[in-house]
Amino acid sequence: MTGTAALVRLILRRDRTRLPIWILAIVAIVFASATAVADLYSTPEQIASYGSTLGTSAAAIALAGPPFGLDSIGGIVVYEASITALLGVALMAIFITNRHTRAEEEAGRTEVLRSTVVGRHAPMAAVLIVVAAACMLVGAGVAAGVASIDVPVGGAVLFGAAIAALGIVFACLTAAVAQLMTNGRGVIGIMLAILGTSYAVRAVGDLGDGTLSWLSPIGWSQQVSAFEDNLWWPLAISAAFSVVMIVVAVALASRRDLGAGIVPPRPGPAAGSPLLGSAAGLAFRLQRGSIIGWAVGVFAGGLAFGSFSREVQVMVEENPQLADIFGEAGAASLTDAFFATAMLVISLLGAAFAVSSALHVRGEESAGRIEPLLATGVSRTRLLIEHMTVTLAATVVVVGLGGAGIGLAYGLITDDLGAVGEMLGNALVYLPAALVLAGLAVLLIGWLPRFAAASWAGVAVCFVIGWLGGLLRFPEWFENLSPFTHTPTVPVDPVTLAPLLILAAIALLMTGAGVLGFQRRDIG
Amino acid sequence: MSTAIAISGLVKSFGSTRALDGLSLEVRTGEVHGFLGPNGAGKSTTIRVLLGLLRPDAGEARLLDADPWRDAAELHRRLAYVPGDVNLWPDLTGGEVIDLLSRLRGGLDTARRDRLLERFDLDPTKKARSYSKGNRQKVGLVAALASEVELFLLDEPTSGLDPLMEAVFQECIHELKAEGRTILLSSHILAEAEALSDRISIIRNGQIVQSGTLAELRHLTRTTVVAETEQTAGGLRAMPGVANLSAIDGRVSFDVDSDNLQDAISYLASLRIRSLVSHPPTLEELFLRQYGDDVTAVEEEAGR
Repeated sequence: MTGTAALVRLILRRDRTRLPIWILAIVAIVFASATAVADLYSTPEQIASYGSTLGTSAAAIALAGPPFGLDSIGGIVVYEASITALLGVALMAIFITNRHTRAEEEAGRTEVLRSTVVGRHAPMAAVLIVVAAACMLVGAGVAAGVASIDVPVGGAVLFGAAIAALGIVFACLTAAVAQLMTNGRGVIGIMLAILGTSYAVRAVGDLGDGTLSWLSPIGWSQQVSAFEDNLWWPLAISAAFSVVMIVVAVALASRRDLGAGIVPPRPGPAAGSPLLGSAAGLAFRLQRGSIIGWAVGVFAGGLAFGSFSREVQVMVEENPQLADIFGEAGAASLTDAFFATAMLVISLLGAAFAVSSALHVRGEESAGRIEPLLATGVSRTRLLIEHMTVTLAATVVVVGLGGAGIGLAYGLITDDLGAVGEMLGNALVYLPAALVLAGLAVLLIGWLPRFAAASWAGVAVCFVIGWLGGLLRFPEWFENLSPFTHTPTVPVDPVTLAPLLILAAIALLMTGAGVLGFQRRDIG
Repeated sequence: MSTAIAISGLVKSFGSTRALDGLSLEVRTGEVHGFLGPNGAGKSTTIRVLLGLLRPDAGEARLLDADPWRDAAELHRRLAYVPGDVNLWPDLTGGEVIDLLSRLRGGLDTARRDRLLERFDLDPTKKARSYSKGNRQKVGLVAALASEVELFLLDEPTSGLDPLMEAVFQECIHELKAEGRTILLSSHILAEAEALSDRISIIRNGQIVQSGTLAELRHLTRTTVVAETEQTAGGLRAMPGVANLSAIDGRVSFDVDSDNLQDAISYLASLRIRSLVSHPPTLEELFLRQYGDDVTAVEEEAGR
C-alpha cells in the first residue's frame, strides 16, 4: 500500500477535468429532474394520477424500477431519475477504475510506477479511494439536489447514498475483473455486460414478485425504497459485496505477475488470413470482438424489451381505467408507445456503438498505428472510407438485431413471428439518426482530431433529450439538436421518408467533410 | 533518374517550435545515405514529410520524381518504411502484421518473408502485445525488407536490436545496396552509419549542417594524434589548430586540424618520437566538433 497517497494525487491530476464532468453531469440531471417533477406535479390530484398511471405501468416499471412512494413528490423524483443516476454512476466507476488499473498496466505505465517505492496494491487502492470519493460526491450532490425541492431530507439522503453505493459496488467489481483480463477493452466489455445483466435481472424481478431484484446490485440500491419505507439495510448488502470484491481483487493480484491475466496467452496464426489484406479487413478484424459483443448485448436487450411487452398488454387488459384515460385506441397504442421507447433505447445503443466504432480510427492514430498503414499503398481517403464502411455495416447489424430481438420475443408471446421482420424494419427507421452521430465523429476526426471524443457528448445529449425530454421540457431548439427528435416515432407514427432521407444526407455530408479534413491535416 | 530524394528549403513548425528550418537534402538513386543528428534535430519530421504524413509549411520535397503529399499512396507502393518505434496492433500476431503491411503495400513474397523471419530469429505466432521492443522492431524490419521496392526509408531502424541482430541488419542493407536500391538511413548509431553509408548528412536544429561522403567530411575535420616523446611536448599548447590536448607522463594526445597536421608532426619529430598513433575522426568526434557547444547532448547520442 506504500505510495497510495502519491498515486491518489496522480489520479486527481490526470482526471482533473474528467471527474468533475462525470460528477456534475449526473448531479445536474437529477437536480433538473427533481425541479421539473416539482413543477409538473404540484397538486395531490396530479400526484395521484401519476401513481395510478405510470406507477402501474409495467413498461415504466421495467424501464425505471419498483414504484415506491409514488404518493409523494420525492418518490416520483426517484422513479423518474434513479435509473439515469444509477447507470451514470456505474459507468463512471467502470471507466475511471479501468483507466487506472488494467488499462494503465497494459500501457506499461504501472511497471514504471511499481519500480519506484510503490506497493503491489497501491495503484488499486488509490483508484478505489478516488472513485469512492467521487461516488460519494455524486451521492451528496444528488441528495442536496432532491432535498432542494421541499421533500423529506431523510429520503433524499438515502436516495443519494443508494446512488453512491452502486458506484462503489461497480468500482470494486471492476477492480476484480481487471485482475482477470489482459487488456482494458476486455474489462470494459465484461463490465458493460454485467451492468446490462444487472439492469435486466432487476427489471424481471420488479415486474414479478421482486425476488430476482435482490440478485442485482441495481436492485439493492432501488430496494431502499426511498420516501416510502426508507430502508438503509439493503445498502449493507452493497457494502458487503464491495468488501468481498476487494478481497477477491487483492487475492488475485497477489498471485499473478504484473501484466498477466488469468488466461495465459496462446500462440496465434503465423500468417495473416486473406481478410488482412485491406484497410476494411483490418478495421473489421480489430473490432470483431467489440462488434460481436455489442450485437449480442443489444439483441439480448431487444429480447428483454420484447418479453416485457406481454406485461404491458396484460396491464392494458386488466386496467379498464386506462382505457378511460387514454381512450380505446389510446390504450391499444400503449403497446406501440412502449415499442417506440424500446426502439429509441435500442437505437441510442446503436448510436453509441457507431460512435465508438468511428472513434476507433482516431484511437489507432493516437497509438501511432495509422502511420504504418499510410506508409503503405493505402491512401488516407481509402483508409477512412473503408473504416467507416465497416462502422456502417456493423451499426446496421447491431440496430437490426436489437429490433429483431424485440420482434422475436414479442412474436413468441403472441404466436406471430411476423413481428420479427416488422420490428426489425421499425428499428432500422432509427438508423439514420444513429449514423448522424457517427458522422459527427468523422467530422471531428477530420478537422478537430484532439476533440474527437467530444462526439460522446452528442450521444449523451441525444440520450438526455430522448429519455428525459418529456419530463425536463427542454426548449424546442435544444430538442431539435437530437436527430432522434426528427425521426418518426414508429410504430406510433407512420414512417415518413423525407426526414429519414434528410438525416441520412446529413450523416453522409458530415462524413464527407470529415474525410476532406482528414486528407489535409497532419497525421499523428 | 539519378536523384531519389530532393528536398530544398523545407520548413515545418509545430506551434511555436520550428522542427524543420529550411532543410535541404539530396539522396542519389542507389546510394545508402546516412542521416545523422541528435534527438529532436528533425530526422523523423523529415521522414514523415517524405511519407506525406505531415504537410510542409514551406519548401519543396520530391520523392522518386513525385510529390510526397499529393501522390502519397502511389509512391508508397514503391517504398518501404521502418519507424524507430514500431507500434503494432496488440491483438494481431507478428506474422499477421507482416502479411497485412506487405499486402497493403501491394504484394507479399512469402519465400522472402520466411527467409527474413529465420534470419532475424522472430517467432511470428506471438501476439504483438507480448513482443519486446527489439522484437517489435524486427516485425517492422521484416515487413519492410520483404517488400520489392526501390526506396527504403529507415528511421533509426535498429533501436532495441541486440548486436547480433544488428549484424544481420547490416548484411541485409549490403544486399539491398548490391541490388541497386536506395536507402535513407537515419541513425543514432554512428558506427552503423559509418559502416553502411555512401554519403552522410548531418542535421541539427532542423537544418543540414554538413553533407558529403565520409572522406569529404573527414577533410573538414581534425586528426586525432596520440604520441610518446622523449622530451616534454609543452610547445603544442601554443600551436594553432590544436585542441583537446592532454599530457600524462610524457604521453600526449590531441586533435589537430588537417591544415596544421604537418607543423604538429614536425614539432613532435623534433622531440624524438617513441610511439605515434593517429587515426581519422570517428563520427562521434565529428559530432563533437559539429555540436561542440552542446557536448552533453552529443554524449547522450554517442552512448546509445
